Amino acid sequence: MQRYVLFRIGQSLIAMLGVSMLVFALTRLSGSIVDLYLPIEATPEDFERMTKYWGLDKPLYHQYLLYMWKLVQGDWGESWKWQQPALQVVLNKFPNTLQISVFTFFISTALGIFMGVFTAIKKDTGWDYVGKVVALMGQALPSFWQAIMLMWVFAVVLGWLPTSGKGEWYEWKYYILPSITLGSWNVAALMRITRSTMLDVLDSEYVKMARIKGLPEWKVTWKHCLRNAAIAPLTLFGGLAAGLLTGSVITETVFAWPGVGFVAIQAVNARDYAVVQAATIFFSAILIFAYLLVDILYAYLDPRIRYD
Amino acid sequence: MDATKDTRRTALKVEDLHTYFFNRWGTVKAVDGISFELKEGETLGIVGESGCGKTMTALSLLRLHPQPAAQIIEGKIILDGEDILQIPERDMRNVRGPKISMILQDPQTSLNPVYTVGNQLIETLDRRDDILKSDLRKEAEESLRRVRVAAPERRLSDFPHQMSGGMKQRVIGAIAMAGGPKVIIADEPTTALDVTIQLQYLRLLKDLQAETGMGIIFITHDFGIVARMCDKVAVMYAGRIVEEGPVREIFNNPSHPYTEALIGSVPKMEEKTDRLYQIDGQPPQLYALPVGCRFTNRCQYAKSKCVEEYPRRFSFGENHYASCWRHDDSWDKIPSSTKEEITQMLEA
Repeated sequence: MQRYVLFRIGQSLIAMLGVSMLVFALTRLSGSIVDLYLPIEATPEDFERMTKYWGLDKPLYHQYLLYMWKLVQGDWGESWKWQQPALQVVLNKFPNTLQISVFTFFISTALGIFMGVFTAIKKDTGWDYVGKVVALMGQALPSFWQAIMLMWVFAVVLGWLPTSGKGEWYEWKYYILPSITLGSWNVAALMRITRSTMLDVLDSEYVKMARIKGLPEWKVTWKHCLRNAAIAPLTLFGGLAAGLLTGSVITETVFAWPGVGFVAIQAVNARDYAVVQAATIFFSAILIFAYLLVDILYAYLDPRIRYD
Repeated sequence: MDATKDTRRTALKVEDLHTYFFNRWGTVKAVDGISFELKEGETLGIVGESGCGKTMTALSLLRLHPQPAAQIIEGKIILDGEDILQIPERDMRNVRGPKISMILQDPQTSLNPVYTVGNQLIETLDRRDDILKSDLRKEAEESLRRVRVAAPERRLSDFPHQMSGGMKQRVIGAIAMAGGPKVIIADEPTTALDVTIQLQYLRLLKDLQAETGMGIIFITHDFGIVARMCDKVAVMYAGRIVEEGPVREIFNNPSHPYTEALIGSVPKMEEKTDRLYQIDGQPPQLYALPVGCRFTNRCQYAKSKCVEEYPRRFSFGENHYASCWRHDDSWDKIPSSTKEEITQMLEA
């Protein structure tokens, strides 16, 4: 188990290195930063001075090493839009993104798995069909459309909930619409995969054996089935976490939720490279960490993986 | 054992059990009127080819037939003096485990891969009232020791994938017996094991039976195992018992053509043949069963009566019955004068 975890941490670091290279290369590909920063009336000497100042005259590998060196020191560049360090901009907004993501993640995971188990137990009954419709809608309806419809129904027509924005962290009314938008895909995905693996597990010999032993049905379902059935949805978790983050870009923008996604879009529109870079690397780091966590959890749930 | 002096108590009595599947193609009569009796310490073999309803019979006895597709529509299962078909489902957990239990065919898949063997054994023992929580682990060790698992104290914390097939099947035996059942059903427990381990396992079952006095229902298609393990046999064909009787009787005097063919298809060492014997043809589809005898299309003795009417049970001495018209001697019992009359009438 220990060796496995160390191995996976090593892999994650390599992935992180790849991401940094990609981000570095992509920003270089999108044109010279000097053109953006200097005003139209700048002279060629100004350009040269600026190029030298930023170190853009040095060979690419040198630039990359420099960039990495600064990155690990915490210097992620300056944002010209917000007039502060780019990392600072991202970190300032991160708690807001974290609040909505974590809230959505727990609610949607619990709901998705519970509904998956429930529809599997109630296979081919009315409940199962209701579940299928919910799953279909959750995965098929685009989130920006859901967001607008939810806003229209619950905020404009009924007036129960605020249309957008964010209050204090405990003001739960602001969470509801964004987290439905953000989480509906997750609920649907988890529900479908849990239902299908649950059906396989319910059919297995060890579940038959558990019943033969005379265990009560709740114990058969929640002890013997769920842990086996949970392994498949768990492989989704990395992707779901990714969905929450990338989804937060759309959801936060539609609902004007002041998070990293919202900031990233603003930075893209303002061509604030430092912040775009910082947000990308930051999101990637979280994602890679999420995948790492999932793999460790996976090994914990299924002992057969641990010992390989 | 001499059946005439048998004073042992009845552990399980099954009367006219019917388990049908209802699906879009019609009614599948998987178990179609089965009756038998099992005494304490006795071993009954249920023999038949794949799909004849052996396993469905076994699952029905535990009321674990695949619901709602399959339903027990008729019959009685009297276990320990009580008809378990009359009790509500939630009380069945006091039946499964403490009164009747089962060992499944494939040890590789019968244990939950994500829990340790100890966990799975202890949760079974935990259902008994006579064991203190603090003694559970000790008791679990003891039950592993009983099924001859070496170093049980260490084995308890093993996961199933760390054990061999034979070892797993012994653990499953221990789990099945943890509740102290009166009856245990063994559904081809050695089919998935190595031949060398098979014999060991069968001996173990026999020994445990001698210790506990439980009744065993042994489901198999192997007459070799029947000869070694069982006191009596029921031969099943297409959902019904076609012949039943003490093992010796069945071997010496198989009275149903199907039994005869099954025994004939066990390869013999001393005979040198190029081809192994096989029963030609297929059993009838269980959703389109003929009115008459179900073996007719594969039977070398078939006559017109076999197609018209299901054969009644004919007795061949103590507890030995077979359902086959071949033994219909009603013609012979008719006085010869009457016979002549009938013949004349038919000729006229």
